[in-house]
Amino acid sequence: MNTGILLDLRVIWDGLVRFFGLDALILVIGLLVVLIWVQVNALFLVWLERKVAGHIQLRIGPKEVGPFGILQTIVDGIKLVAKELITPQPVSWLLFVLSPILVFTPVLVAFVVLPFGPHLVIRDINVGLMLIFAFAGINVLSILMGGWASNNKYALLGAIRSVAQNVAYEIPLLLSAMSVVLMSGTLSMQGIVQAQEGVWFIFYQPVAGLLYLIGATAETNRAPFDIPEAESELVAGFHTEYSGMRFGLFFLAEYTNMFIVAAVATTLFFGGWRGPFLPGPWWFLIKVYILIFVVMWVRWTLPRLRFDQLMNFAWKYMIPIALLNLLATALVIKLVR
Amino acid sequence: MLRKTLTEDSFYLNLGPQHPSTHGVLHLLLKLDGERILECKPLVGYSHRAHEHMGQNRTYLQFLPNTSRMDYLGGLCYNHAYCLAVEKACGIQAPERARYIRTICAELNRISSHLLWFGAYLMDLGAFTPFLYAFDDREDILAILGEITGSRLTYSYCRFGGVSRDLNQNFRDGVKAFIPKLRKRLKDYRTLVTKNVIFLNRTKGIGVVSPEQARDWALTGPNLRACGVAYDIRRAEPYSVYPEMEFEIPTATGGDCYDRYWVRMAEMEQSLRIVEQALGRLPDGPVKTAGVPQWLEPPAGDYHFSYESPRGHLGIYFVSDGGRVPLRMKWRTPSFNNLSILSEILPGTLVADTIAILGSIDVVIPEIDR
Repeated sequence: MNTGILLDLRVIWDGLVRFFGLDALILVIGLLVVLIWVQVNALFLVWLERKVAGHIQLRIGPKEVGPFGILQTIVDGIKLVAKELITPQPVSWLLFVLSPILVFTPVLVAFVVLPFGPHLVIRDINVGLMLIFAFAGINVLSILMGGWASNNKYALLGAIRSVAQNVAYEIPLLLSAMSVVLMSGTLSMQGIVQAQEGVWFIFYQPVAGLLYLIGATAETNRAPFDIPEAESELVAGFHTEYSGMRFGLFFLAEYTNMFIVAAVATTLFFGGWRGPFLPGPWWFLIKVYILIFVVMWVRWTLPRLRFDQLMNFAWKYMIPIALLNLLATALVIKLVR
Repeated sequence: MLRKTLTEDSFYLNLGPQHPSTHGVLHLLLKLDGERILECKPLVGYSHRAHEHMGQNRTYLQFLPNTSRMDYLGGLCYNHAYCLAVEKACGIQAPERARYIRTICAELNRISSHLLWFGAYLMDLGAFTPFLYAFDDREDILAILGEITGSRLTYSYCRFGGVSRDLNQNFRDGVKAFIPKLRKRLKDYRTLVTKNVIFLNRTKGIGVVSPEQARDWALTGPNLRACGVAYDIRRAEPYSVYPEMEFEIPTATGGDCYDRYWVRMAEMEQSLRIVEQALGRLPDGPVKTAGVPQWLEPPAGDYHFSYESPRGHLGIYFVSDGGRVPLRMKWRTPSFNNLSILSEILPGTLVADTIAILGSIDVVIPEIDR
């Protein structure tokens, strides 16, 4: 009986492969897995953040729902879904509704090229890194849309800050990633991991690694760079007017973005899935979650920068240092080869 | 009227009365050019409860619980001040032991008020964690005070001619354990917050008030002392047992947000010193003067009393016609004057600075509105 079902599945699978082609099928299944993974990961990260914050702040965080409160975020998610979607009257309706959906698109695309293991990647294209950064740029567009369409002064101020911040911090982010690309000679994510056989790039490129982490924190609007949603100044920044699952989508995107920037950092600087004893995907996830933990740690320790200080920091320090680092890398590579 | 002065580039932003950083229901009307502030108008009165009017309709004792509802963070200080004012008018002298107990409690209350300010201020600057540390410390004080006063926030502990209950052993033990704990915590705060680069950047040179401006706008308390004026009513017009206590008046010279922060942190240490001394010298004896009538009838005339509340100069003025109910009652609360200076120092700063400056002034809205 069981073998019969398996046989049927095999037949169906063969038929599907013949009809769509193997690559397309892997892409579709991969995206389905990613969709589920994004939710589970975000739920886990929110729980982790609350636990980390709790222990940093002399509390214990969620503990009532499920063991160690692990189901707390699921319950919160259900609450968010059940809530009314309030659309204030003077909003620009189309942009207002579109913004939380658009914020999610780049997040999904980035997962296509993330190498979780030696063979566990949906598709390893030769410009993978560029794809991630290109789509990450869309993020800021949706924030601007949401902030502008809300017809709220706090939301608008938050959106303006967000655009300025993202533009400023994308440059050092790209420049530091470029130094790694120069060393590995490829834009393919798997290729970069392959190039780190033996020594991780963080040891060759400590400055670029640090710049990347700072830039990534700013890019994901996390404290101490969380000025677009600075709670004590702008109420909730660009998503002031959003409620229910629309707010939930922004929230989900934020945590998934955190995962992506940490995953890119792992791939670029920390040897990706490389590591002894355990299989590749385990190492990849361990490294990513350690990086995320560091980002959370920073968030719950430091106060927020002021907007102009943040911009000064990017334009006066980070970008020149990143450029110098890139030039030095190019020079050394030229001399060595 | 205001709207006519708007140009193409400027717009109005109503910061509050419902906003996470206005500490209740303060309403700031800001005229902005982008994020830069052109004009600021503080609007108050959202939690006006007519306390002064209530004072004119109640006997002196009946009004006592109202005092701690005005400034809910310095409730005991307000209790203390009101009792001292009425005692002065009626010529009652509290016993020595009661005066010491009142001072200990008032200073503990001052510390708890400054601790809450410290936590809330760091939260305004975007650091969430110090808030919970400060609350952890404050919780100890509330537990200690709850032990003898019976309440945690809105105390009615002081009585005309003494206090309602004597100290007990739990109180002594609690205070003795608390003093070294807070001293250690203050050291932690110095390394973690006071030396933090981001914190320094957010507060140094922001919201500078010159000593002249401070005098013009009648700033008092830590805000005035941060400008370099060593004016503290506990020294200038001493009351209770303060003349016998050894403590310094911490002052700074910059008058900016950082100095206001620094002065308050230093004041907590001085308050600890006072508590330590007072507890060590606590004399024996009764805690209440016998034979104080339930209905006090101060001789006709007007009376004024000044008190150093955690936020500055608290002035109590009342007129008596010789009856059981005052004819007129007026409270000069420090936050009202401290807040008024915002319209002078805010123009030219950024929205983020507004929050930093507003927080550093330490306003308690119900105390402003009364």
